[in-house]
Amino acid sequence: MAQIDLDCRHQNCPVPLVQVRKALKKAAIGDIIEVVGTHSASKKEIPMAVEAQGQELLDVKDQGQEWVIRIKKVKEA
Amino acid sequence: MAGKTTIVVHSGDMDKVISAFIIGNGSLSMGMEVSLYFTFWGLNRLKKGGLDKGPLSKMNMLGLGRRMIKGRMAKANVATLETMVKDFKELGGKIIACEMTMEVMGITKEQLRTDWIDEFGAVGTYINEARKSDITLFV
Repeated sequence: MAQIDLDCRHQNCPVPLVQVRKALKKAAIGDIIEVVGTHSASKKEIPMAVEAQGQELLDVKDQGQEWVIRIKKVKEA
Repeated sequence: MAGKTTIVVHSGDMDKVISAFIIGNGSLSMGMEVSLYFTFWGLNRLKKGGLDKGPLSKMNMLGLGRRMIKGRMAKANVATLETMVKDFKELGGKIIACEMTMEVMGITKEQLRTDWIDEFGAVGTYINEARKSDITLFV
């Protein structure tokens, strides 16, 4: 089980969503994806996309101006 | 349930084509299937070298407005159309080119980016995609 780090800081709509989807497709089941970003809508929308795809949202945290979202791949994407 | 989005890209205007790809990529990112059906002026954007050559739907001002928007989009870190299409294809998005438009406008397959196009079809192809879709839009 690996951790995949995604840096989406300063990326605008819909790049963070697209990057998370790409990472979910490439990851193996059990892998954790940690995405860091600054685009505020993506902080709400990445959890929506994770839910829509039936993957597991581990947590959403704020770090100053940035947010960090951790996702676990639990099924094929 | 994954779901599906189908968009008719009738307009060749740069801003509308960008909207189609943003909605398309957003849908793919949600785990949905997507079909973009390019017809009429939209088909010009599938010509080799034609992707970002469309005018703005408003305030084009002989291309000045278009150049300004491109600059502002780059500043706001919005992905370029080229990147959007690359992501769209990588995530499994489907592009359909309208055969009737090709006939009407005298466009041949050799003039089009066939590496992006999954299928050539007519209205029946669109309806067949749209009837199985949860979201269908026309730009």
